Amino acid sequence: MKPFTQLNGLVCPLDRANVDTDAIIPKQFLKSIKRSGFGPNLFDEWRYLDHGEPGMDNSKRQINPEFVLNFPRYAGAQVLLARDNFGCGSSREHAPWAIEDYGFRAVIAPSFADIFFNNCFKNGLLPIVLSTEVVDQLFSEAEATEGYQLAIDLEQQTVTTPAGQSFSFDITAHRKHCLLNGLDEIGLTLAHAEEIRVFEEKRKAQQPWLFV
Amino acid sequence: MSAQSLYDKLWQSHVVREEADGTCLLYIDRHLVHEVTSPQAFEGLRLANRKPWRNHSIVATADHNTPTDHWDQGIQDPISRQQVETLDANIRAFGALAYFPFKDERQGIVHVVGPENGATLPGMTVVCGDSHTSTHGAFAALAHGIGTSEVEHVMATQTLVAKKSRSMLIRVDGQLGQGVTAKDVALAIIGKIGTAGGTGYAVEFGGSAIRGLSVEGRMTLCNMAIEGGARAGMVAVDDKTIAYLKDRPFSPKGEQWDAAVEYWKTLVSDEGAQFDSVVVLKAEEIEPQVTWGTSPEQVLAVNGRVPDPAAEADPVKKGSYERALQYMGLTANTPLTDIPVDKVFIGSCTNSRIEDLRAAAGIAKGKQKAANVKLVLVVPGSGLVKRQAEAEGLDKIFIAAGFEWREPGCSMCLAMNADRLEPGERCASTSNRNFEGRQGQGGRTHLVSPEMAAAAAIAGHFVDVRTFA
Ligand code: SF4
Repeated sequence: MKPFTQLNGLVCPLDRANVDTDAIIPKQFLKSIKRSGFGPNLFDEWRYLDHGEPGMDNSKRQINPEFVLNFPRYAGAQVLLARDNFGCGSSREHAPWAIEDYGFRAVIAPSFADIFFNNCFKNGLLPIVLSTEVVDQLFSEAEATEGYQLAIDLEQQTVTTPAGQSFSFDITAHRKHCLLNGLDEIGLTLAHAEEIRVFEEKRKAQQPWLFV
Repeated sequence: MSAQSLYDKLWQSHVVREEADGTCLLYIDRHLVHEVTSPQAFEGLRLANRKPWRNHSIVATADHNTPTDHWDQGIQDPISRQQVETLDANIRAFGALAYFPFKDERQGIVHVVGPENGATLPGMTVVCGDSHTSTHGAFAALAHGIGTSEVEHVMATQTLVAKKSRSMLIRVDGQLGQGVTAKDVALAIIGKIGTAGGTGYAVEFGGSAIRGLSVEGRMTLCNMAIEGGARAGMVAVDDKTIAYLKDRPFSPKGEQWDAAVEYWKTLVSDEGAQFDSVVVLKAEEIEPQVTWGTSPEQVLAVNGRVPDPAAEADPVKKGSYERALQYMGLTANTPLTDIPVDKVFIGSCTNSRIEDLRAAAGIAKGKQKAANVKLVLVVPGSGLVKRQAEAEGLDKIFIAAGFEWREPGCSMCLAMNADRLEPGERCASTSNRNFEGRQGQGGRTHLVSPEMAAAAAIAGHFVDVRTFA
């Protein structure tokens, strides 16, 4: 996993609440057995005017000029600014894979759906919860100012505007540690393999029917 | 010891270790696997040269990509076929307690297959790379969906890194009226708390109306906990739970059964248990529900009218109402019962069990689908459900009514196979998500109960099933 430390990134504002993972990456792209290559189909049904299928040459497709991701001013954006309940619906990890593959490293919203939020951390993507008022402010600033960037510092747990206004965000110590160092969580857990084994033996003795 | 909730008990009995910040390693008893969210996890194991910690925790099936007709011709779509064959190969290589591949007589939707085989038991932690894993909470199991990285983590370590959620009790008191089902309860709850209302919570459903539901009804309800934002929904053990599990293939037998039952009976919230949030609904006030928009919270009782965005003060809500009406091709203030449907889908892990099919057949018996309805798909949740339905003659009732009787699978719930809506087509569906494009690009989904779906198929538009004869 790519570590996440600091980022100074262009902000793309996606002004919709309840953006679900079906919209982030439509089901036809879930047939892939790979982890990469989902970026060109991120928000496929909003981003293109024609219907997308896996294997199509996306550079030849008809893009939707009215969808925010396609505005020239947001090309190369690394911070996705979103509304409430972002990432709701299906558990598909293809959603954070697509967002990350497109080039985003952080998503800021007033709230996220649980599974999506969790999935982000496994992929070097930082989801940041800020209050509705702050997110409102960032939306107005990002929409008003071309080239609007936010500075994100994971160590300090802050998001800073170009005017120097800083907002702090929460993250658990465990997630922060993994993200800062780009750690493989499975390796970390297996360091406790003995504890897991002891627990399992005890469980087997108490509820043998679970171990057929 | 102070009074514990069911969630407290389930959580506590699975904690292997806890970090200072509350992050826990949680032991996982049952791992359900399907073809869409597992290939990258198996690949990860292979790349790191790891083996599953306990492959007998795994029960797998292929459901999302499988066709629902012409099984003799196999899977036509080559990428779908590759995904299903990848699962076949991975299970062969890594092993499992059970695998129900494409065409197996016990194949079906993973959330139907698990419980009917007794692979989901009270007191278990159950995970699957699928958000509707919440379904299994109907058996007083701690069950929730996980992402593919976590699928790999569970395979490699038999644990999940997790933090305890807050707890919510949703109590439904009283008795449901005739024609009002578990699906209507689920939709009414989501209408009340919103699709993010349960975010960060583990939800227990309680109250006399929940006790009154069958085990299958409780599965329908827990299935949709995720649509209310809660990763896990659960119902306490009672006699119905135990009766349902008796003699299932993977249920304990003999002395172990007795010991298990004794333990399972403790899987209830203690008197006086504390919850971080309590929501109460009156069963008598719940009516048959129909969604009108593109989010499950955009739902109304069948006798309602499409809302008017102009009457909405909150600008974010107003915007989403306007977009929903435009996408759904609806005009404000239209009575829901005036909305005609093009297709009807009876199936999905929400409503494809035998009781759902009996209920739909009860409405369709001796009637004909309306001329304006192009297709009524009835897709049983599993091969076992299909055979049971055929033994009861339900297939004949559906076919006589002009409905199509298909092979089991996810089908038009998410349209990964050939079953889908065309742009602009409107569907009465017993599935769980009415998101834009969910049942096919440009398709318009209205979520309803199996009874309401069957009635809409006959009438050609939504009708109140309570007065439908
Ligand atoms: S039936 Fe629908 S919701 Fe259920 S597992 Fe299949 S695709 Fe998911």
